[in-house]
Amino acid sequence: MAVALVLVLIVVGSVLFHLLSPWWWTPIASNWAYIDNTIIITFWITGVVFATVVLFMAYCVFRFRHREGNRAAYEPENKRLESWLTIVTAVGVTALLVPGLFVWSRFVTVPSDATEVEVIGQQWQWSFRLPGKDGKLGTSETRDVSADNPLGVIPSDPNGQDDVVVEAADLHLPVGKPVKMLLRSIDVLHDFYVPEFRAKMDMIPGSVTYFWFTPTRTGTFQVLCAELCGQGHPMMHGVVMVDTQEDYVAWLGQQQTFAQLSAPQKTGSADDRTGQTAAPGPEIAARLETVGSR
Amino acid sequence: MVDITPADGIPPAEVAEVELYHPHSWWTKYVFSQDAKVIAVQYSATATAIGLVALVLSWLMRLQLGFPGTFDFITPEAYYQFITMHGMIMVIYLLTALFLGGFGNYLIPLMVGARDMVFPYVNMLSYWIYLLAVLVLVSSFFAPGGPTGAGWTLYPPQAIMSGTPGGQDWGIILMLSSLILFIIGFTMGGLNYVVTVLQGRTRGMTMMRLPLTVWGIFTATVMALLAFPALFVASVMMLLDRVLGTSFFMPAISEMGEQLPHNGGSPILFQHLFWFFGHPEVYIVALPAFGIVSDLISTHARKNIFGYRMMVWAIVGIGALSFVVWAHHMYVSGMHPYFGFFFATTTLIIAIPTAIKVYNWVLTLWRGDIHLTIPMLFALAFIVTFVNGGLTGLFLGNVVVDVPLSDTMFVVAHFHMVMGVAPILVVFGAIYHWYPKVTGRMLNETLGRFHFWVTFLGAYLIFFPMHYLGLMGVPRRYAELTDMTIMTESAHHLNSFISVMAFIVGFAQMVFLFNLIWSVRHGREAGGNPWRATTLEWQTPQTPPAHGNFGKDLPIVYRWAYDYSVPGAKEDFIPQNMPGSFGPSREPA
Repeated sequence: MAVALVLVLIVVGSVLFHLLSPWWWTPIASNWAYIDNTIIITFWITGVVFATVVLFMAYCVFRFRHREGNRAAYEPENKRLESWLTIVTAVGVTALLVPGLFVWSRFVTVPSDATEVEVIGQQWQWSFRLPGKDGKLGTSETRDVSADNPLGVIPSDPNGQDDVVVEAADLHLPVGKPVKMLLRSIDVLHDFYVPEFRAKMDMIPGSVTYFWFTPTRTGTFQVLCAELCGQGHPMMHGVVMVDTQEDYVAWLGQQQTFAQLSAPQKTGSADDRTGQTAAPGPEIAARLETVGSR
Repeated sequence: MVDITPADGIPPAEVAEVELYHPHSWWTKYVFSQDAKVIAVQYSATATAIGLVALVLSWLMRLQLGFPGTFDFITPEAYYQFITMHGMIMVIYLLTALFLGGFGNYLIPLMVGARDMVFPYVNMLSYWIYLLAVLVLVSSFFAPGGPTGAGWTLYPPQAIMSGTPGGQDWGIILMLSSLILFIIGFTMGGLNYVVTVLQGRTRGMTMMRLPLTVWGIFTATVMALLAFPALFVASVMMLLDRVLGTSFFMPAISEMGEQLPHNGGSPILFQHLFWFFGHPEVYIVALPAFGIVSDLISTHARKNIFGYRMMVWAIVGIGALSFVVWAHHMYVSGMHPYFGFFFATTTLIIAIPTAIKVYNWVLTLWRGDIHLTIPMLFALAFIVTFVNGGLTGLFLGNVVVDVPLSDTMFVVAHFHMVMGVAPILVVFGAIYHWYPKVTGRMLNETLGRFHFWVTFLGAYLIFFPMHYLGLMGVPRRYAELTDMTIMTESAHHLNSFISVMAFIVGFAQMVFLFNLIWSVRHGREAGGNPWRATTLEWQTPQTPPAHGNFGKDLPIVYRWAYDYSVPGAKEDFIPQNMPGSFGPSREPA
C-alpha cells in the first residue's frame, strides 16, 4: 500500500517539479528554436511513457500485493500483446527521431551567406579572427604560433594579412546575420559553448570544426568551455556581444589586423586591448599556481 | 498462448566428470582459492572496498559543488582528481568487477549446475591480477603529483599534458597501467564465464532453460571480451605517447607558448577507440542487472517472467546493437556531422528492445502475487530509475537534442540514473536475495528497509533535479560554478540541496555495510531456500554450498527456471531439478 502510494507520488512529484520549478533553459538568442521544440516533443513523449509505466506498476503493486491464499496467474507469453507493444514503441521512437534528424540536417547545412568567424581556444582563453576586406581568412598552422603570432596565422599567406585579430578579448557579432563559427585549438580539446545560442562544438588541435547560427537578439552572452581542458577549465570564460549593425561596425573599426599587429614597431600591443572582460589564460594559470600552493 | 509441451527425457551424460582441485590448507582454501564461490566473495569485497573510496570522492566533489569556496583543500586540481577517480572506479573497478567477477563467479556455476568454473586456476589468477590492478590504481593517490585528473574519459591531448593533474607526473601512467592489468585479469575470468555457460551446463540445462541472470552475465561477458581490447590498445598507445613520446593521439601542439615535440596524431582516434569500448561498457553493466532483476521480480512476484524468449532475444539484440552506437558520445566531438544521422538512428533503435524488457518486467507484476520483500522493493526501484534514465537517453541519443545538452549536468544526471543508480539498486536487491545462500543467514529486515528507502528516494532526489541544471546550461566538470551568468541564485541552492542528499544517501550505505557484517553472525537462519525459488543454486544439499556445489550427483534439469504458480501444482514453485511427475512444465517451446 505504502509502496504503491510512493510510486504515485514519484510520478506526481516529477511532473509538478517539471511544471513549477524555476530551473529551466535560458531565453534563446539564436535561430535554434527548432532544437527547443524538439526537446519539448521529447519531454512530452517520454513524460507520458514514464507516467504510464510507473502508474501501471503502482496499480499492480496495489492490486496484486500478496494476501493470504493469493496465487499468481500463469502466462509465459502473449505474442499479440508483445507485438503490439513493439509496434507502439517503434512508432514513438520514430516520432522522436524524424523531427530530430530533420533539425540536424538544418544544423549541419550552413547557409551560403554565412560570414566566417574563427574561434581559437587555448589554455585557458578565447581568441577570435575575422576575415578582412577580402572576405577570406588566411590559413593557419599550430607550428607558427609564437609570442608575436599567437593565433598561428601563416605569415606568407596574403589572405591572412588583413584578418582582424581579437586576442583574449570579447567577440562582437551583428544581430540577424548568419555566422559560421570555425573552431580551432592550438593545445588541447576545448568546446565553444554559449547556452543562449543552444549550439556547441568541440575544438580539436590539428583540425577545424564548425557550427553555424544566427543571433536573434542583441545582448551580452557568456562563453563557456564545455570540454574538460585541464585545471583552468571552469574559469575559461569569454564574452560574445551581439550588436546592432552600427555598433558592430564601430567595434570592428577599432580592431587591429594581423599585418598591423605583426609590424615590428608595434610592441606591447597586449596592454591596450579594448573591451576585455574575460580573464586571459596566463592570468588564470597564475591564479591556479597560487591556489595549488596553498 | 504458447504451445504447452511436457519436459523431454534427459539424455545421458556424454563426458565423465573431472575431479576438482581440492585445497590442502587454509591458504589454498580461503586465500589462493580456486573455488569460484570464494573468488566471488574476494572480488565482491575488493570491489566494495574500492567502491567506498569512490563514495568518499563523490562526497568531496559534492562538498565543492554544493558549498563552493568553503573548503580550501579542494583545489581545482584536487577536484579533477576526485571526479576522474570516482568515475573510473565506479564504472570499471566496482560495477564491472562486481557484476562479472562477483555475481558471475558465484552464480554461473551454481545456476547452470556445474561444480565450478571450467578453468579454476585461471579463475584464481583473474582475481589476483584484478587485485593488482586495484592496488596500482590506489597507489596513484600516493604518487608524486597525485592521481590523474583527466576525467574518466582520459581524452588526449590534455590527459598527458602539464595543464592536467597527473598529466606529466605518475598519475596517468599508473591509471593506464592499471587499466591494462584489469583487462588482462578480466579476460582470464571472462573466458571462463563464457566457456562454463557454453560447456559446463548440467544435463537438461538447455540454453533456453537458463535463468535470465545467466543470460545477462553471459552476454555481457561476451561483449566485454570484444570491447575491452579497444580500451587496451588505446591505453597502450597513450602510454607510448606519454612515455616514449610517440604521436598516436598527439598533433602539433603549442602549450603555453612552447611547441611540443609531437606531430601528426589524432585526438579523435582515441575517442573512437574509447567509446567503442565505452558504450558496450554501459551494457556490460546493464545486462547483468537486467538479468538479475528479471529473476528477482519473477521469484518475489511468484510468477513466471513474462515473455522469456523475447527477453533472451532482447538481451542478445541489445548486446549486438550496442557495438554500432558508440559515436553518440561524440556528436559534438567535431567528427563528420553526417555520422550523426547514422548513430542517432541506431541509438534510437536500441530503445525498442530495451523498452520490451521494461514492458515484460511490469507485465510480470500483472496478476502476480507480489511479496514486497526487500529484493522486490529494490527491483521496483530499479524499474523507476531505469525507465527515468533510459528515457533521458532519448534526449541525448537524438543527435540535435544532444547539441545543447551535451557536456552539461543533464548528461551527468542521465548516466548516473541509468548506469549508476539503477544497476546499483539491482546489486543491493541481489545481495539481499542471495546473501542467505552465501552465508546461510538473512540480512536484518529493519536495517534493510531503512537502507532501501533512503537510498532509492535519496538517489532520485539527487539526480532528477540535476537534469534541470543541465537544461539551464550548467556544464559538467566545473570545479567552480562562480561567475556564471546563466546560473540563478536558486540554482546554487539546488546544488546545495543535491549535496546534502548525497551525504544522506552515502550514510545509508554505512548502515548497509554494518548489516552485511552484523548479519553474518547474528542474522536469522535462512535455511536452504528461503525465497522458495526454482533455480538450481537454491537446491544445493548444503547452505552455504560446499566445494563442488552439488554433493555426490549433479542435478538434472527437467524444466525452465520460471515454473512459479503452475496450475495444478501443490506448491507455488517447482524447482528446475524436479521431474515432470510433480506437475506439468509449461515452458515455452
